[in-house]
Amino acid sequence: MTKNLNLTLHVWRQKNAKCDGKFVEYPAADISPDMSFLEMLDVVNEGLIRKGEEPITFDHDCREGICGTCSMVINGRPHGPRERTTTCQLHMRSFKDGDSITLEPWRAEAFPVIKDLMVDRGAFDRIIAAGGFISVPTGSPQDANALPIPKQSADLSMDAAACIGCGACVAACPNASAMLFVSAKISHLGHLPQGQPERHLRVRDMIAQMDAEEFGTCTNHGECEAACPKGIKMENIARMNRDFIKASLTYRPATSGGGVG
Amino acid sequence: MELNSRIPDGPIDKKWEKHKFDLKLVNPANKRKYKVLVVGSGLAGGAAAASLAELGYEVECFCYQDSPRRAHSIAAQGGINAAKNYQNDGDSVYRLFYDTVKGGDFRAREANVHRLAEVSNNIIDQCVAQGVPFAREYGGLLDNRSFGGAQVSRTFYARGQTGQQLLIGAYQALERQIGLGKVKMFSRHEMLEVIVVDGVAKGIVVRDMVTGEVTSHVADAVCLATGGYGNVFYLSTNAKGCNGTAVWRAYKKGAAFANPCFTQIHPTCIPVTGDHQSKLTLMSESLRNDGRIWVPKRKEDCGKPASQIPEEDRDYYLERKYPSFGNLAPRDVSSRAAKQVCDEGRGVGPTRLGVYLDFSDAIKRLGAAKIEEKYGNLFEMYERITDENPYQTPMRIFPASHYTMGGLWVDYNLMSTIPGLFVLGEANFSDHGANRLGASALMQGLADGYFVIPYTIGGYLAGIKPGTRIKADDPAVKAAEQAVTDRTDKLMSIGGKETPTHFHRELGKVMWEMCGMGRNEAGLKKALELIPQIREEFWKNLRIPGTGNDVNQSLEAAGRVADFLEIGELMCLDALERRESCGGHFREEWQTEEGEALRDDENFAHVAAWEYKGEGQAPVRHTEQLSFENVHLATRSYK
Repeated sequence: MTKNLNLTLHVWRQKNAKCDGKFVEYPAADISPDMSFLEMLDVVNEGLIRKGEEPITFDHDCREGICGTCSMVINGRPHGPRERTTTCQLHMRSFKDGDSITLEPWRAEAFPVIKDLMVDRGAFDRIIAAGGFISVPTGSPQDANALPIPKQSADLSMDAAACIGCGACVAACPNASAMLFVSAKISHLGHLPQGQPERHLRVRDMIAQMDAEEFGTCTNHGECEAACPKGIKMENIARMNRDFIKASLTYRPATSGGGVG
Repeated sequence: MELNSRIPDGPIDKKWEKHKFDLKLVNPANKRKYKVLVVGSGLAGGAAAASLAELGYEVECFCYQDSPRRAHSIAAQGGINAAKNYQNDGDSVYRLFYDTVKGGDFRAREANVHRLAEVSNNIIDQCVAQGVPFAREYGGLLDNRSFGGAQVSRTFYARGQTGQQLLIGAYQALERQIGLGKVKMFSRHEMLEVIVVDGVAKGIVVRDMVTGEVTSHVADAVCLATGGYGNVFYLSTNAKGCNGTAVWRAYKKGAAFANPCFTQIHPTCIPVTGDHQSKLTLMSESLRNDGRIWVPKRKEDCGKPASQIPEEDRDYYLERKYPSFGNLAPRDVSSRAAKQVCDEGRGVGPTRLGVYLDFSDAIKRLGAAKIEEKYGNLFEMYERITDENPYQTPMRIFPASHYTMGGLWVDYNLMSTIPGLFVLGEANFSDHGANRLGASALMQGLADGYFVIPYTIGGYLAGIKPGTRIKADDPAVKAAEQAVTDRTDKLMSIGGKETPTHFHRELGKVMWEMCGMGRNEAGLKKALELIPQIREEFWKNLRIPGTGNDVNQSLEAAGRVADFLEIGELMCLDALERRESCGGHFREEWQTEEGEALRDDENFAHVAAWEYKGEGQAPVRHTEQLSFENVHLATRSYK
């Protein structure tokens, strides 16, 4: 059995988007190395509630690394020190007895703080609503095997589709750019034959929304790929830029002549 | 209370076809005059909201998460079943129907299950068209794998993230409708009441989880797609936020609750490490395609590392007891077998509550690279949580609460006993009987959302005159809002000492011990004494810091725990009254000499649907008799 840990937390507390926030220090005593990071916070929060203090607000849900809800910057790194690991899957054995841990929310203009470590990532949903889909109403498709898709295309599509929409890429980027997130969706659908009809429209619409949300632009720092818990690659951004240039050059406004009769 | 299942006449394979034709239609120009509320944005809710908006209805959709893309359907790993028979291995709609009825231990409605099997193929077509990147063969065609309780390969998958990919498909369809202005989305909103006027569902009351504001939404129909109540056990594979509040509010307004004791304990989860544990992580059933489950033959060996236990001293108990299904025996059977060997003292790991899931043979046979390709992300997840490398040492697994087959009673149209209130996906009771087969939850969620509700809700709405929905200032609306505000105030004002989690943990211990994998009369009676005591203590000694007027996660948790404290009691009552063993419901008094479940078809081949009678009153148990005209009642055998 490894020894339990005693830690000091410096946690960002902020009542809401309008108030200023500040760091508050909390001890985290007798923490088992087998706990997940969020379970450690649960223990701290249980203690705060018993004392009548407001517990630390943080987003979390599935606690198995797939829903993309948990979101905090741990010692300056989104999701903490372990590569390809969400906060909920980070375990306390990654820390040493006596460590100080600083906890902050995702920091980006487009992700306003709601409370403490909880932010509003609605901008991501609006980008998807702008074009991150294939227009296929329920009930219309052909047989699933009618259109063979090369295994490599399906695999590349899946690599990009693994994005959990957590926003760590934005939090890690010095420009608070969302281009890794947006390009992952462009690649997910762009690698598939079903995604071709709307390919150019999609990239234009999604990028327009991304800009409207005031995310920054990519200047090739690569922090996003390093922070991504799902290993989404920067090559997607290059792919998106190619698609965007092509789409911009070939863009024609929609005509309204058809359908008469 | 009348339980009219409204099963259409005719042969089983013609019922749905006939019913679709018989259902009244809503004129395309009239559809926009009807408003439908969808609560929940998982596979069932997301698919329903998108599909109903595509048809032209005005839709509002609600979820407690910060985005509809995060609903817990996302965590399903292994796959989704469909009767495509792409493998030419003898599959058919009828076989999927048969396997599901048998797998559910003959406690599901035949007509519903057949419909599910029929539309399973449409689901795969729909998802592929949406861009779901299912696994493929080199020739470009879809790949399949096998799952428990079936002898054909009919499971479609996207690595170990099938739920995620299917949900993203539904989410994208939903976002498209949001972008078009056809769906209004309310994220971070929790439904806390159903508005019922003259016995008919007319809307809901929600709490904005950011501002604390309580608001009402009135409509022509309400769809609940709010998932299961597996978190009643505190520790489960569900997300932390999953809760039974929506279905419980509906129950208290007159919706019958069917088979609450039918809960699924999944055999392959990562074992508990200590009291701090906040949830349990599932290891996909698909791992049982290649992993072999064993424990040492002798208790004395249990403390040794697995590598020091020679082949002849290992007991591959599933292969020994169920030679034809082996490691792919259904979930209820596998979970119980794991419990038995642990009860015998042959469990492994520090707590001795664990069995091995060993891949060494598969790695020898196929190579580590092939195993990594199939299960890489699951192995990685296991390693992250346990700090052990499953390529080198066998995984340790143990059963955990995973899914609830019970839920609100619905008729063939998915309508509850409250007219206008429809229930979809895990939140209803209809398709899985007493045990759900692997890869069938995704199938049911999407079937209900994409292919059932768009037809059946039309049949209901066609009977309502457009423009007749109640006004926002109706007394019933105000009363429902007041009830929500009062409840919040009551929770906030207790001023005790203990946290919501404390009470949840206490309840979970009672439920797991007395209403978990094995149940008996004495234990259930004991639980029925203990739960009201915990509940009483909860309402006396709960502490919630902060206010109800902003984000307050303790208040959210407390409201859910308050409902679990009542749901748990109904589960125990149902388990006590069902004097037989079937599927996930194992009453120790009813077992064969070999320890297998012993059904009592003469007295219990029915659905038990509970009616709420008011505070402090005993609920009333109604029954819907099940008839098996196609799949004949037989003892389930996987030997």
